[in-house]
Amino acid sequence: MDFKSCVHIRQEWDIVGARQLGRDKAKELGFGTVDQARIATAISELARNIYLYAGTGKICFETIEDLEHKGLEIIAKDEGPGIRDISQVMEDGYSTSGGLGAGLPGVKRLMDHFDIISTHGEGTEIRTSKWVR
Amino acid sequence: MRIPILKLHNYLLISIQIDLDDQTAIQFQEDLLSKIHKSGATGVVIDLTSVEIIDSFIAKVLGDVVTMSDLMGARVVLTGIQPAVAMTLIDLGIHLQDVPTALNLEQGLIKLRQEMED
Repeated sequence: MDFKSCVHIRQEWDIVGARQLGRDKAKELGFGTVDQARIATAISELARNIYLYAGTGKICFETIEDLEHKGLEIIAKDEGPGIRDISQVMEDGYSTSGGLGAGLPGVKRLMDHFDIISTHGEGTEIRTSKWVR
Repeated sequence: MRIPILKLHNYLLISIQIDLDDQTAIQFQEDLLSKIHKSGATGVVIDLTSVEIIDSFIAKVLGDVVTMSDLMGARVVLTGIQPAVAMTLIDLGIHLQDVPTALNLEQGLIKLRQEMED
């Protein structure tokens, strides 16, 4: 699985599809059950954000490697309205959708690395990864 | 998809055995409340032994259904939360503090019985 694979998020059910594929990939790479759950949950949060705020987008998976480790990178990309104030959405408890507001700061805690690029009016790209321990 | 709700004496028993999508979770919330209303059940056990992931949305639906049932007069206990799920929930920042839980179905029923005697 060196090639990049993606799940398109168009409807609510795609959230489940994305996290199931992500969990399978995490399992293949040798992640333990707790990390598999963390990765699947992170994907679920990212996919739901796309569905709720951008309408459509995609979640892609890529294997990452350095000399000693393997890992999984998740790329969540949409062409939605973008995020006006990134520091605000990264605050715990902030939510515009009536959720628990655990979304993005939660994803950051579940994963090892987290990067977000968002341009107002153009879309959002989040890259987040985790290494196999 | 509908989640089956079983009635046993004055209890309702639910075992969630599928990967919950948002729509199924919302449908379950409605189904459970109307079943409480129709059956007059005073205790509910929702067993989550087979649930491998609870994200913030599903956690909110579950937390809400506990509060809603409570408003109607039925106590709910969540049972069988997997270690990986518990760890993930805390990472997410979700504590479900006011939600009664128990290790398994048996302990859940004992907890309900104790609460009703109090």
